[in-house]
Amino acid sequence: MGKTVVTATLARAAARVGLSTLVIEVEGKSGLATMYGRSPLDYTEATLHPGGGTGGEGEVRARTLTPDEALLDYLREHGMSRISKRLVSSGALDVVATAAPGIKDILILGKVKQLERAGGTDLVVLDAPAAGHAITFLQAARALLDTVRVGPINAQARDVLEMLTDHERCRVVLVTLPEETPVNELVDTAFNLEDRVGVGLGPVVVNGCYDSVAGVGVEPETAATEAGATLREGEADVLRAAARFRSDRTALQNEQVDRLAEQLPLAQLRLPFVFTTEIGPPELELLADRLLEQIDALPEAV
Amino acid sequence: MAGAPTLRTLVEQRRILVCCGSGGVGKTTAAAALALEAARAGRRAVVVTIDPAKRLADALGLAGLTGSPSKIEGDWSGELWALMLDTKSTFDELVVANAATPEQGQRILENRFYRNISGALSGTQEYMAMEKLYELHQQTDFDLVVVDTPPTRNALDFIDAPRRLSRFLDHRLFRMITSPGRGIVKAVNVATQAFLRTVAKVVGAEVIDDAVAFFQAFEGMEQGFRERADAVFHLLSDDDTAFVLVASPRRDTIDEARFFAKKLGEADISVRALIVNRMHPTFGDGLAEATAARAATLEGTDLGGLYRNLADFQLVASREEEHLAGLADAVAPAPVVRVPYLSIDVHDVDGLTEVASHLL
Repeated sequence: MGKTVVTATLARAAARVGLSTLVIEVEGKSGLATMYGRSPLDYTEATLHPGGGTGGEGEVRARTLTPDEALLDYLREHGMSRISKRLVSSGALDVVATAAPGIKDILILGKVKQLERAGGTDLVVLDAPAAGHAITFLQAARALLDTVRVGPINAQARDVLEMLTDHERCRVVLVTLPEETPVNELVDTAFNLEDRVGVGLGPVVVNGCYDSVAGVGVEPETAATEAGATLREGEADVLRAAARFRSDRTALQNEQVDRLAEQLPLAQLRLPFVFTTEIGPPELELLADRLLEQIDALPEAV
Repeated sequence: MAGAPTLRTLVEQRRILVCCGSGGVGKTTAAAALALEAARAGRRAVVVTIDPAKRLADALGLAGLTGSPSKIEGDWSGELWALMLDTKSTFDELVVANAATPEQGQRILENRFYRNISGALSGTQEYMAMEKLYELHQQTDFDLVVVDTPPTRNALDFIDAPRRLSRFLDHRLFRMITSPGRGIVKAVNVATQAFLRTVAKVVGAEVIDDAVAFFQAFEGMEQGFRERADAVFHLLSDDDTAFVLVASPRRDTIDEARFFAKKLGEADISVRALIVNRMHPTFGDGLAEATAARAATLEGTDLGGLYRNLADFQLVASREEEHLAGLADAVAPAPVVRVPYLSIDVHDVDGLTEVASHLL
């Protein structure tokens, strides 16, 4: 769906308007750092974009979180560092995670909460797990409150749930493509998240929309005459075929985007399809431009 | 193609096709289309899907989880069957089959820790997909089993999963717990006792009790699970089995596919075919740069727009081919099959037929 591209773009856009931003990756190997022209992330924080400059930009920092490392941190902070290594190396974490499903998710989200509370960051952007797992991931706190009734994990789950359901602190941005199946999945996910987790949903991001290009509806020969240019043999056919492909796919995309708007009363932000197929720093700037333009145009309430 | 079998040969001759790749690349559709083609070739084929889009599931008659294959009627000489993986019931059956007594099986099925396994233990879904594949291969008379694998970021999850789970069930920590006379409170090893008490303090004693009860109930079944895991692994490395890698031409998914191919190779499993979905079409034989330059000189006119548009698609098509080149080398001599961007979403047999027409 381009979840990571949207994460990178949101962070860059936030930094451009002066927010100091921290990106958190949870699945590893995402290519997010490459989009900023940097080497891959690890558990230590890295600066992806320095900020500053004349516009007073915020910086973009990023790191990854894994359940194992979050657990080690957690145990260290709760005076249990002596057993922490053993818990991870013996594989006992797997056993514990099976005994209390959602515990890994809570460790991650608990760490996110801690980073949010630590200060120095105006916005935390979490690149959460994909569709199917997103609901379980965000629902973990609620589910765990039933399994683990007392103790520090219970307290952690409460804190996490409080963060997730506080619409001032946390919003979920759902990402989709302008295609049938992704739109269906997004609508399902949106309702599930609201009903089962109680999170607040932000605008939906539709990634990969073809930009409209003037002239694609015009016959190549007519356009050539108007421009006072001549076409080589066979060129009109090639231009026409490419134009038709764009019009057809754009029509299909619009159909899906409209259907999404009908089924889900949330503001939509659209990001263009990137024809270079690779997102590097220049593409990221363009995407951030587009996002900011649309965010500026949103009504204040959103 | 120095003797490497084509995708058609694989469909017509192999007994098992495993479609693997990262999420969202069209694995389910490819798996279903391959099974359909096998049925058209007169074979008795079954496709095991993991999480089909609802409309495709409906079209394949997979409205509910039944755990057993349902037949799809159609105009083909062979047979087409489909099955949606039900992780939990597959696991239940495996437990019952391996239990020494029906009581032991029942005790495990009722345990809360066990009920969490199918939903919470990573790799369980992968394990059950492979288990179902094994079962269909061993116990039924299908000529071809096509299996769709769960979308995973870790290439080897589904090859590793059976062994990983049997290691889990064999966990030494719990062997100790379940040894006679060494209950959680009587653990001889003081360090272990302290360790468990600390874990209980973090997650609650109830949770540990459930786990202990599960491992006690499970005692004696590890061997059966281990043997089964080995059998599944051997089947996957067998000559009757072919791995089909599915990718889309985006840089990141191609990178993942390469990683996948490498990992499979390390496990002595070769990729027999590569399917690349959602390729952009190629228009003309011009170069994107030249077309873009022409667009720039004509900027502001409709013709300029037409060239701009053509340049976009020439650029995307050439980039996709570049991304693909390295992957094609990595899986050589396996054939590379390109499926263009279809103008429709595939959710019926006609759609699958169209996909199949590009595959074979």
